[in-house]
Amino acid sequence: MSSELRYTANTQQENLFARYTGTGHADITKHEWLVHQQRDTLASIAGHAPLLSFLAIADGEAIGRAKFEVTEKMLQPCGPPPLKDED
Amino acid sequence: MHLYNLTLQEPTVAQQAIVGNFSGARQQEIIISHGSQLELLRPDPQTGKVTTVVQSNAFGTIRSLAAFRLTGGTKDYAIVGSDSGRIVILDYEPKAGVFVKLHQETYGKSGARRIVPGQYLATDPKGRAAMVGAMEKSKLVYILNRDAAANLTISSPLDAHKNSAIIHHMVGVDVGFENPMFAALEVDYAEADQDHTGEAFRNTEKLLTFYELDLGLNHVVRKWSEPTDPRANLLLQVPGGQLASSDRYDGPSGVLVCCENHIIYRHMDAPQHRIPIPRRNGPLEDPHRGVIITAAVMHKMKGAFFFLVQTEDGDLFKVTIDHEDETVVSVRIKYFDTVPVASSLCILKSGFLFVASEFGNHYLYQFQKLGDDDDEPEFISTNYPGNGMANPAGQLPQAFFRPRSLDNLALSDEIMSLDPIIDAKVMSKLPNSDTPQIFAACGRGGRSSLRTLQHGLEVEESVSSDLPGIPNAVWTIKKSESEEHDSYIILSFVNVTLVLSIGETIEEVQDTGFLSSAPTIAVQQVGTDALLQVHPGGIRHVLKDGKVTEWKSPAGMTIVSATTNKRQVVVALSSAELVYFELDLEGQLNEYQDRKAMGSTVLALSVAEVPEGRQRTPFLAVGCEDQTVRIISLDPDTTLETISLQALTSPPSSICIADMLDASINKTQSTMFVNIGLQNGVLLRTVLDPTNGQLTDTRTRFLGTRPIKLMRVMVQKNPAILALSSRSWLNYTHHNLMHFTPLIFDALDYAWGFSAALSPEGLIGITGSTLRIFQIPKLGQKLKSTSLPLSYTPRKMITHPTNEFFYIIEGDHRVVGDAEVQRRVQELRKLGKPVDEEVVNLPPDLFGRPRGPAGSWGSCIRVVDPVEGKTLSVLHLDKDECAFSIAVVPFSARNNELHLVVGTAVGATVNPKSCPAAFLNTYRFVNDGASVELMHKTELDDIPLALLAFQGRLVAGVGKALRIYDIGKKKLLRKCENKNFGSSIVTLETQGSRILVGDMQESMVFVAYKPPENRLLIFADDTQPRWISAAAMVDYNTVACGDRFGNVFVNRLDARVSEQVDEDPTGAGVLHEKPLFMGAPHKTKLLCHFHVGDIVTSLTKVAMVAGGREILLYTGLHGSIGILVPFVSKEDVDFLTTLEQHMRGETDLSLVGRDQLSWRGYYVPVKSVVDGDLCEMFATLPTQKQGAIASELDRTVGEVLKKLESMRATTSGF
Repeated sequence: MSSELRYTANTQQENLFARYTGTGHADITKHEWLVHQQRDTLASIAGHAPLLSFLAIADGEAIGRAKFEVTEKMLQPCGPPPLKDED
Repeated sequence: MHLYNLTLQEPTVAQQAIVGNFSGARQQEIIISHGSQLELLRPDPQTGKVTTVVQSNAFGTIRSLAAFRLTGGTKDYAIVGSDSGRIVILDYEPKAGVFVKLHQETYGKSGARRIVPGQYLATDPKGRAAMVGAMEKSKLVYILNRDAAANLTISSPLDAHKNSAIIHHMVGVDVGFENPMFAALEVDYAEADQDHTGEAFRNTEKLLTFYELDLGLNHVVRKWSEPTDPRANLLLQVPGGQLASSDRYDGPSGVLVCCENHIIYRHMDAPQHRIPIPRRNGPLEDPHRGVIITAAVMHKMKGAFFFLVQTEDGDLFKVTIDHEDETVVSVRIKYFDTVPVASSLCILKSGFLFVASEFGNHYLYQFQKLGDDDDEPEFISTNYPGNGMANPAGQLPQAFFRPRSLDNLALSDEIMSLDPIIDAKVMSKLPNSDTPQIFAACGRGGRSSLRTLQHGLEVEESVSSDLPGIPNAVWTIKKSESEEHDSYIILSFVNVTLVLSIGETIEEVQDTGFLSSAPTIAVQQVGTDALLQVHPGGIRHVLKDGKVTEWKSPAGMTIVSATTNKRQVVVALSSAELVYFELDLEGQLNEYQDRKAMGSTVLALSVAEVPEGRQRTPFLAVGCEDQTVRIISLDPDTTLETISLQALTSPPSSICIADMLDASINKTQSTMFVNIGLQNGVLLRTVLDPTNGQLTDTRTRFLGTRPIKLMRVMVQKNPAILALSSRSWLNYTHHNLMHFTPLIFDALDYAWGFSAALSPEGLIGITGSTLRIFQIPKLGQKLKSTSLPLSYTPRKMITHPTNEFFYIIEGDHRVVGDAEVQRRVQELRKLGKPVDEEVVNLPPDLFGRPRGPAGSWGSCIRVVDPVEGKTLSVLHLDKDECAFSIAVVPFSARNNELHLVVGTAVGATVNPKSCPAAFLNTYRFVNDGASVELMHKTELDDIPLALLAFQGRLVAGVGKALRIYDIGKKKLLRKCENKNFGSSIVTLETQGSRILVGDMQESMVFVAYKPPENRLLIFADDTQPRWISAAAMVDYNTVACGDRFGNVFVNRLDARVSEQVDEDPTGAGVLHEKPLFMGAPHKTKLLCHFHVGDIVTSLTKVAMVAGGREILLYTGLHGSIGILVPFVSKEDVDFLTTLEQHMRGETDLSLVGRDQLSWRGYYVPVKSVVDGDLCEMFATLPTQKQGAIASELDRTVGEVLKKLESMRATTSGF
């Protein structure tokens, strides 16, 4: 059970977390927080065309390729999650 | 400090383009999204040229665009997805020439966020529904319909959300008239997020999901979801559905899934077909590199359809699907042509392909053929086992093609685009120019260029011929009213007049009835078929039959000035009297019984053209030597009575009354303008009130150093005014608004309209003893650009303190450099392998260079002469070495001899940021700077991204370290270092012993150099982290910067701190001060902040008009150019801030429904900057609203407009 779900024991809050993906909470782990940050950033790069052009020029890729790689990276931006200790 | 932001050149990038019948006429049009602007283009199928119809500011980021048409409709609408959290449906209103928002439905927060829709748009091909999606999870479906009055209606949204799904692409599926269906490419991350072993991540599938909108139940269901290729990136709609009238199917329906190296045909429960994406068979191509499709278009013709798909290299492939009813038999792919990499492709029914390039100019191509009967190899799905799907996880055998020059397409038109501007310099280099030019290093890869941008209209000269003497004036006239083109050219010399007839050739004629032994003051075609010549001795009226009636000036007096129109003639005598003539109904010229004594020598006269259906124009403007202009009545009841008077600052040299349309003053009718040119080069433009003859709303403009001459001409069938001084200007109406633009042409002494069969819309002018005929091809253009091709993406450019040249460093990542290409080809030849010379020698500007893995670079240093517009020398760097920074340094250790220092890195990679080796290359200038010669290389530990000459030495930003280097025999010698910078130093500015360091992520840092201790001291920094992209020192304590997210801001250091640091000789005081908030001991204060929406790549402090105040000019990555003007008075600040506030109240101004204040304060609230673009929208508001806002400001509408114009004209000249 992820810390996110454990925290949102009451259904109303659970509902809110399900609706607003990316919201943080007091018990968030470092990895979860980082993943949220990275996904938000990557989505923001894809959504702001000047940033995507900037990335494409710097990396010598077509914009379409840059967008594709950015979207692919959203799947797991910071590597696999750390092993959770069951307490 | 208060600034006024004004965009001089809107972004020219094309993020997306859509095609449709937006004006409802039979002709197809293209809408381009320029990021924050929307432009409607109309390609002309006859000429194959593209013209802009309208351009509108969105005050928001446009992220997606789609066209749709309701079933049975004839007009297309545009749906816009943006960062406003709203879906907007736009209709182009051709009568008013504006985009109208039909619907604006709010669904979420503003901003380009992860789960707020707006990134993707898909429409049902029958126009019944649209889906708008986010990067993750959210998808909303809107049902589109029409009501009883045939108005477009939009439903409330239906959601098709899927938690923890990243969306790659979505498209509408063509299902005919069955329930609308949408396809989406999704990846679910829920399991991968939980599995610490990484197993779930590796097994994550990419799902192709079909969502069906059940119109009966008003509900969206997830109809079908199947895994597809994990490297799929794009979906394409395949036609489908059955016509009600026939049993035939349009196509098999379903989608094409474009993946890395493959394209797969998919449909619910239908067999798959897979084909490879062919790759270039060049000898240097890496066969293991993946290729993806980045742009594609489907085109339906009668009974058939095909796809054009483009790879990231720019190669176009034609994909066709053979089908029997709804069953796919095979999918075929073959090479079509190679065009620049596009962000969008549009096929027009008239046989054109519009390529909206992702970087650089946009192109319109005409189809020559469809590649049906050529011998290009075709790859067919049925030739592979299991239609290519025998082993879906494995690769198909690689398919190859041979790239070649255009065969199926022919270039038809080109639209200039500056995107991307990577660096720019603003300075006056060109001779005979009194305003600075913008030199912009633009473009990407082989299509890069150095553009010289000059404010003004481009002029095309068609004829230039020498005359025997120096004429004073030139006119053209028609023989009679009914003639289509001009018949004669009349040239007036000091004491003779020359008449030339225009026919097959232009030759002198004698029999026109004009007096040739005297100079001419004016000529006019009067009545239906008579001609008129005014010369100092009188007026000759030449009738159709050649009979001449002559009016002689009274004895002892000559005519000094005259003005004419079709029915009226006014001449001024040397006795300062006015004589008025009018044509009666029989075509006789009658003199008015009285003469009007003016009391002062008349210098200039003007009457307007006779308004249509009238006998005469009722006003005459007279400019006298006593520095006045009088408006005199020509009305029969009050003939020659003075109505009004305007005092001037200098004697007038020319006056011109013209009726022109200016929608900011009057939306429906043309306004009568009195233009007064003064001898000191100032032009006054006033509005003549037609009811009482008063002159109101005076605007002034400085045109040049010579007395002004004004002429009325016709440009594109609309009246315009040519104003000649030391520069020539054209005042014309474009898109209903008045423009005043210089012509980029030699100074003219006189000019007139010229119409002949070959040049129906030309102008004729004289410079010295040369007669010149020219045209103005592109009205509305603000910047004329000349371009010099470069080899690679320009990185930085620099000027030399003593010569005129530019030194440009260029570099491209992931390409094989030219020298390395040659070396490898040689190697292959040595090994005896066949080398396809044609493929190796394909021009890199069209085909790009051979691609290499990350860490391979091609780079060079180029010396350019901007005046001649040519490259003087190119120095290629070693293999995989790329130049990142450049400086010209006068080393005091070498008697201030100038050296060029270039910071390079070898094998650098962008992500992760690393480099195996980095250098500072020191070059000596040879041939007066026309080329450079390597002296030595200094090894470094990180990439030097910024270099600057500093007190006879070099200061370099090397990664996180700031260092001072002095020159040595074998290398540069490190003298001093400070390593306490945040991430990486990207900009350096200096004044005195102060260095301003721009950090990649940590904003501006103020550094003082203390020579006694040889110490670089950080003494002040910013309170916020900023990703600096460009910086310019405004004064000793103030810096203006641009950041990565499209903001510009100004920071200032407290003057007391500044003094304190400067007075401390050793810097010991600063060194031991307590750090403030874990940074430097002092903080700069934020003075101004503004979001421009484009990444600022250069900032320059410059005066754009001669004698004008200094402003900040910035260039943006997407090709925008703008200025920040400091306000000089509190009154102006109050006035324009209040105007801006009122303009914000006009909520309909943003096309995408974004709130202007929140857009301009995207990351940080706007501070002390007035949005001039918004204020200038005042001119386009309806008259009542203008009046209401103006009265709130206690001004008249004219005064508001005048203020806005003067803000623009006096600071930028635009």
